[in-house]
Amino acid sequence: MKQLLTGNEAAAEAAVYAGCRYYYGYPITPQNELINYMSVRMPQVNGTFIQAESEIAAINMVHGSAAAGGRAMTSSSSPGISLKQEGISYLAGSELPCVIVNIQRGGPGLGDISASQADYFQSVKGGGHGDYRLIVLAPSSVQEMADLVYDAFDLADRYCNPVLILGDAQIGQLMEPVEFKKEFRENLPLKDWALTGADNRSRRIIKSFYPVKGELEVFNAKLQKKYKEIEKNEVRYEAVNIDEADVVLVAYGTSARICKEVMRKSAGLEFRIGLIRPITLWPFPSEYIRKISERVKCILTVEMSAGQMVEDVRLAVEGRCPVHFYGRTGGGVPTSLEIINKIMEILPKNMTAKTPLPFAGVK
Amino acid sequence: MQAIYEKPETFIDTPTHFCPGCGHGIVLRLIAEIIDAWGIRSKTIGLAPVGCAVLAYNYLDIDMCEAAHGRPPAVATGIKRVHPDHFVFAYQGDGDLAAIGMAEIIHAANRGEHITFIFVNNAIYGMTNGQMAPTTLIGQKSATTPKGRNPSNDGYPIRICELLSVLEGSSYIERVSLSSPENIRKTKKAIEKGFKTQKEKRGFSLIEILSPCPVYWRMSANESMKHIEETMTGTFPLGIVKDWE
Repeated sequence: MKQLLTGNEAAAEAAVYAGCRYYYGYPITPQNELINYMSVRMPQVNGTFIQAESEIAAINMVHGSAAAGGRAMTSSSSPGISLKQEGISYLAGSELPCVIVNIQRGGPGLGDISASQADYFQSVKGGGHGDYRLIVLAPSSVQEMADLVYDAFDLADRYCNPVLILGDAQIGQLMEPVEFKKEFRENLPLKDWALTGADNRSRRIIKSFYPVKGELEVFNAKLQKKYKEIEKNEVRYEAVNIDEADVVLVAYGTSARICKEVMRKSAGLEFRIGLIRPITLWPFPSEYIRKISERVKCILTVEMSAGQMVEDVRLAVEGRCPVHFYGRTGGGVPTSLEIINKIMEILPKNMTAKTPLPFAGVK
Repeated sequence: MQAIYEKPETFIDTPTHFCPGCGHGIVLRLIAEIIDAWGIRSKTIGLAPVGCAVLAYNYLDIDMCEAAHGRPPAVATGIKRVHPDHFVFAYQGDGDLAAIGMAEIIHAANRGEHITFIFVNNAIYGMTNGQMAPTTLIGQKSATTPKGRNPSNDGYPIRICELLSVLEGSSYIERVSLSSPENIRKTKKAIEKGFKTQKEKRGFSLIEILSPCPVYWRMSANESMKHIEETMTGTFPLGIVKDWE
């Protein structure tokens, strides 16, 4: 049965479906629908809801419940996610599974509360200290928010690693029909590594401290091996109209929605536009982008940032074709017209000569 | 031949990393004695802090979790909500609990979490070579108060027991010390009362333990014990501050 929900509410309900019974949050716009929803929903499924005293406390409560074997989640928005970075580093270092939702807003600092994609670096390069990675999933619709949050709990458990859902104010607050098609999970078994009390077994320690010289390097090698495995198995992306494309757009989340509008509006033009939409921002679909870069005129990365993901696109392309960027910052949202104009600017002139106005003259 | 004093089963036989004359070993042993006596090893989960006691899990043979600096009350909350019928305790020093972790401890107390906090107050940051702690006494010299703690710049020693006792969520709060065999027995009794508070779901319990740090107090072990009795208890008076019974 389809329901009309905001992306924030869909994220919350999907977590409940996935068997998450421990939610810890702190109010911040534009993710408030999520914490509000959980305060009602968690008691209904005998779960725990705590409005923590800070984002720092919330992520550490997640740490405790994850260590104790429960499926745990927290959510916030950019400034609050910055506060959680210490906790996220400890979760990664302790190899604890959990799900963190970031409904991005504009920054830096207090910024504003409108949609932004300026937390890409923080999400995929390691916002906290140390050599660690998060699995980062970027939904571009309310339905996909629900699907990815559900999958996030399985991915977290499979790899004993935190998973970050990277949305933005648009995806979080937009209302769309959504259906929860997957199994409603309840009473999941406790994990065989979790802290449950040393009952007829040797004790378990959950830690990220390796003070004996050499031990930490061994542990880090183990982490890196795990990350390689994730890179091999978990890359997700959507590719649209790639085969005939002259120019390929690379965009995720809200920007990718706008790029799809660009494709619709430019269907009659003389050049062909394709789209690669990374769904996992880490692991990044580098292999696929590299392959495509060998046969297109150029790539245009579109973001609601000053240019962050474009660095990973360039690393994937390694000069095989020109990589351009179009972005808006601080709550600005690229329009389809702006993007089409940018495409006309970067394509060879003979490919755009016959393109009718109104595209040519708009700045 | 009858043994009258043995290593508790829950206490791991390993070389200590604590400095000579330090109080942590005594407190950890007391916890192990209680876990043995109550037969609750399989139902106890402990939290290790950041600071001198970070390696608490080297000594206690129970399930344990590490927490970031100051965050044991939040991590313990997350554990207790998964295992509401287990004994959950957090072991914290004065920097961990009363400086960086002040928000977490106040709100754990305010929520009345059924968790026992073992708060070891030695009025100094030992792990990082003896800087001022929030509980450092007025006039006490440290690496960062070389002329002694001066309230006009450094503020005053924080009395955690008194501070937390005014919150409606706190149930059992007592300050004890390790300065004599008699006081060590009282410390054990206080920790047991903390565990009883949890068992009966009476809410938040905290036992503050005045503990010696001879190395960074620049005193002998004996002088340290005397210092606790004669000076430290002036700022931090011993006794039950709050009780549900």
